[in-house]
Amino acid sequence: MGYLSLALYAASFLCYARLLYAPDVWLGRLATLLLAGGIALHYFALLHRSMSTHAIPYDDLYGSMSLFAWLLGITYLGVELFHRQRSVGAFVTLLLVVWMAVLGWLAPHQIPSPPPARGPLFAFHITLNIWAYAAFALSFVLSLVYLVQDRVLRSHRAGTAFWRFPALDVLDRMSRSSVFIGLVALVFGVASGLVWEHRLTGMYSWADPKVIVTLLIVGVYIAYLMLSRTSGWRGARAALVCTLNFAIVLFSYTLVNLYLTRFHRFL
Amino acid sequence: MATASNSNSPATGRAPGGIRVALIGCNHRTAPVELRERVAFTGEQALDAAGELRRRGILEEAVVLSTCNRSELYGVPAAAGSAVTEEMEEFLTSFHRISRAELQGRLYRWEGTEAVRHLYRVAAGLDSMLLGEAEILGQLRTAYGQALDHGSTGPILNRAFQGALEVGKRVRAETEVGARPMSVSLAGVKLAERVFGNLKGRAALILGAGAVAEQVVEHLRNRHIGSLRVVNRSQDRAADLAQRMGGEAVAWDALETALAAPDIIVTSVGSTGVVVSREMLERSIAARGGRPVFVVDLGVPRNVASESAGLYNLYLYNIDDLGEIVEQNKRAREAELPRAEALITEHVAKFEAWRTALETGSIVEDLRGRFRKHREVLLRERLGEMNNLSPQERERLSSITEELIERVLDEPAERLRNAREMRGRLGAIEALRHLFGIDRDTDKGGKGGSGE
Repeated sequence: MGYLSLALYAASFLCYARLLYAPDVWLGRLATLLLAGGIALHYFALLHRSMSTHAIPYDDLYGSMSLFAWLLGITYLGVELFHRQRSVGAFVTLLLVVWMAVLGWLAPHQIPSPPPARGPLFAFHITLNIWAYAAFALSFVLSLVYLVQDRVLRSHRAGTAFWRFPALDVLDRMSRSSVFIGLVALVFGVASGLVWEHRLTGMYSWADPKVIVTLLIVGVYIAYLMLSRTSGWRGARAALVCTLNFAIVLFSYTLVNLYLTRFHRFL
Repeated sequence: MATASNSNSPATGRAPGGIRVALIGCNHRTAPVELRERVAFTGEQALDAAGELRRRGILEEAVVLSTCNRSELYGVPAAAGSAVTEEMEEFLTSFHRISRAELQGRLYRWEGTEAVRHLYRVAAGLDSMLLGEAEILGQLRTAYGQALDHGSTGPILNRAFQGALEVGKRVRAETEVGARPMSVSLAGVKLAERVFGNLKGRAALILGAGAVAEQVVEHLRNRHIGSLRVVNRSQDRAADLAQRMGGEAVAWDALETALAAPDIIVTSVGSTGVVVSREMLERSIAARGGRPVFVVDLGVPRNVASESAGLYNLYLYNIDDLGEIVEQNKRAREAELPRAEALITEHVAKFEAWRTALETGSIVEDLRGRFRKHREVLLRERLGEMNNLSPQERERLSSITEELIERVLDEPAERLRNAREMRGRLGAIEALRHLFGIDRDTDKGGKGGSGE
């Protein structure tokens, strides 16, 4: 199932990439349809894994990355449909294809043993946090495309794909949409995590590095949303802030999870 | 290209006798504007001409395409093997009361495959003055639509024009021909779209009154911009321009204040120095909350201080920048020509396959009709001498000869149907027509094309 979804993501990427050179309404619809198909199959792959481990697949690196990719696909699809803009599809689906290919390499030969039961609130907490990271990854891609487009516009060197790229204004709005989705998911994710922990231990771990970094992420993305509306910052500078913010997300997702936190070691 | 071949039958080199499209016309390459305007058709004239060509029996189906760069008559000859392009030319000269001598060497004439190829190239914009321009496809659609409503088209031209519209659309969708702006004014507007996306509701400011600036305004208005303000040193001129462009005139003294509002600024002031300084733009950007501004400087010498290009959220393009982009786009379009031609060849082949399938059925029917005619004459002559035959024996003889005709026709019909190469199939059809003299006396019913 996982390989089939990878094949559909790859086919979707080819269609999106082709769109950059030759716009075609039907090809665009096909690209979206293939992506939706890939997401659907990916869901069944995740479901199969969940049924085997009796938990949402976030306890090992493979499951967590797979869930991240699935949520990235869903978030992009939502943003694409909302903004009716397909020209960044090639970049997002390329990321999905590479991500899924790496996943194929990381795939464990055996289904891991079921993690200890932690309840639905915990599952909600983790899933929302991973969804937030996926949405921030999308805003990172969009901001990166913004910076490239801005540079091309300033250098006056317009290549073939330049004319097909979305406008700066559209990229800005798409990026803000995905950051907004990410922030909402993260705030609810953190809140559900705190409630879960309080129920379990009767206290809140404010001093845990993971919590601190997550709150920092909330702060820097709120700052981005504000700066993107502020004179002197809106435009390329805000896009640069957004791309740099993602470095903190990566830091939180990798180093903090692996080495710094006490009870957020899921990878 | 001014004069073209009259024949395209690969096998015989003569005018083909089967179903074919014929075309005569002139365009910007073959005739000067003084001549083109004399052979141009209004919409009503085009329909009248198509109707007249059919009434006179010159064409069975007709479409007249007339734009500022071309006047072309497309048709399906009513009589097989006729010198139809001669008759079409004769008609054109009489319709426009112009002597043939004046059109000498100015008209091109195509028949068969090459006529269809020409039509497809026109639809794709490959025969246009501005390579790949989009307007011609709309003009072609209108001309064909009107002819269709008027009843002057038929299965052959319907197929040919529908193919043309399809190939025109494909070439623009699947190649870079037609994808990029080819004029300085459009390049400016397209670049503004790279910043703002949809320009609907955006504000524009025009400084000065150059011709290219007016073209930019035209493109902006087509995109439904929200407001347009015009600033000129002469207040009267500004008012006049504003009225023509559907905008609002602003006094020259209020220029700096006016700079704060627009998303797009187009300057085209005839002056000896800079009209808009970096400081002015810096203040205007600050006044508009740092929102991006797109500036098109069409003035020579430049109206906007070049160092303004470094301002944050300001995108500045001067006339040379835009000219360079147009040149790049021209090269990109030209580089796409082979791909566009390949698409056209593909669609021409489709049309030819359809036409030959139609002709295969048609030639077999023609042969059957001819053999039956001979059989009837023969039976009448010979059976008249055989008084000893009973009615049953006569009936038997009649059915045997009928069966003989079917058996004789069975193999060539099968071979024609299964011929792999279209060129070979066309050659065979032509040879059959020639050998049996079908071109000379084929009646209209012989075409047998039910078409669409």
